[in-house]
Amino acid sequence: MGKFRDGGKKEVPAISTSSLPDVVYMLLFFFMVSTTMKEVDLKVSMNVPMASEIKKLEKKSLVSYIYIGKPKDKFQKAYGSEPRIQLNDAFADVKDIADYIESERQQKDEKEIPLMTTSLKVDEDTKMGIVSDVKQELRKVSALKINYSTKKKVRNN
Amino acid sequence: MARKTPDIPSASLADTAFMMLIFFLVSTTMDTDAGISRMLPPPVPKEEINDDQKIKERNVLIVLINRFDQLMVENEPMHISELKKKAKEFIENPADDPNLPEKTVKEIPFFGNYPVSKQVISLQNDRGTSYGLYVQVQDELAAAYNELRNELSQKKWGKRYDDLDKEQQDAIKKIYPQSISEAEPKNYGGKK
Repeated sequence: MGKFRDGGKKEVPAISTSSLPDVVYMLLFFFMVSTTMKEVDLKVSMNVPMASEIKKLEKKSLVSYIYIGKPKDKFQKAYGSEPRIQLNDAFADVKDIADYIESERQQKDEKEIPLMTTSLKVDEDTKMGIVSDVKQELRKVSALKINYSTKKKVRNN
Repeated sequence: MARKTPDIPSASLADTAFMMLIFFLVSTTMDTDAGISRMLPPPVPKEEINDDQKIKERNVLIVLINRFDQLMVENEPMHISELKKKAKEFIENPADDPNLPEKTVKEIPFFGNYPVSKQVISLQNDRGTSYGLYVQVQDELAAAYNELRNELSQKKWGKRYDDLDKEQQDAIKKIYPQSISEAEPKNYGGKK
């Protein structure tokens, strides 16, 4: 029943590519759903510690991030190599945190404010001094839900 | 016979889909954010700070970390690997040891009257303590609570704590409330 071209030579029939878009779409949807866009350009380098008793952060839109770590190499000339705080895209001081939380709150619904979480992404070599300062500052503005960002560690016992 | 509308060529469909796919592939960061969740204590007005609420010594497990990342638990130096065991023993107080937390009988759903210990873990660190160790300590303490909750839930329902429904979890939480109190940071010796 097969139809042959004029050339007469027997050819392998071309593989139908009509299902290709479907396959690609499937992959596309997978990535679209699982994607989280990078929030900011990191200016500090940090290697968060490991922990096992962790909870996933739910509702990404209600999370504000505070990064603490050593400035990356290219910023070290201007900012030194001591651990610094980064809020949004810029280096900041401890006293800027109140404003930052306030501006995050203004973007949200009033009902959602108590559900807001602050995620502390802190390099493991940072001293607690700066972290404590940040926590005190968060307490002052009543941003009490915090989350120490960590990597997953598997406990071996 | 109705006129057929000509087919829209769909050959380029795959190309557009590929383009979007590549865009999402490149911009994707797979890491889901996870970490140890904690509630900070609400701010206290300055004039109200006083040590009115004295907690009995036996009810407190004092965990200190100094700026050389050394751990001291109840006035004894300790390695972090032993902390979980110590904390579990402290929280549970299985033998009603008079040096470990006292218990009060409370009514708990599902359990009836159950002795609940009045334990508090007090965590104090120096400004010079490294954040890595601090998180490890927090993690060990959380692990102690979680293991106790798991054990109790296995005993009662034969299920893991995570698999219980909300009310059962709340009941267990009442028996083993996670009470880790963090002292205001101190600066023991030396500038920061």
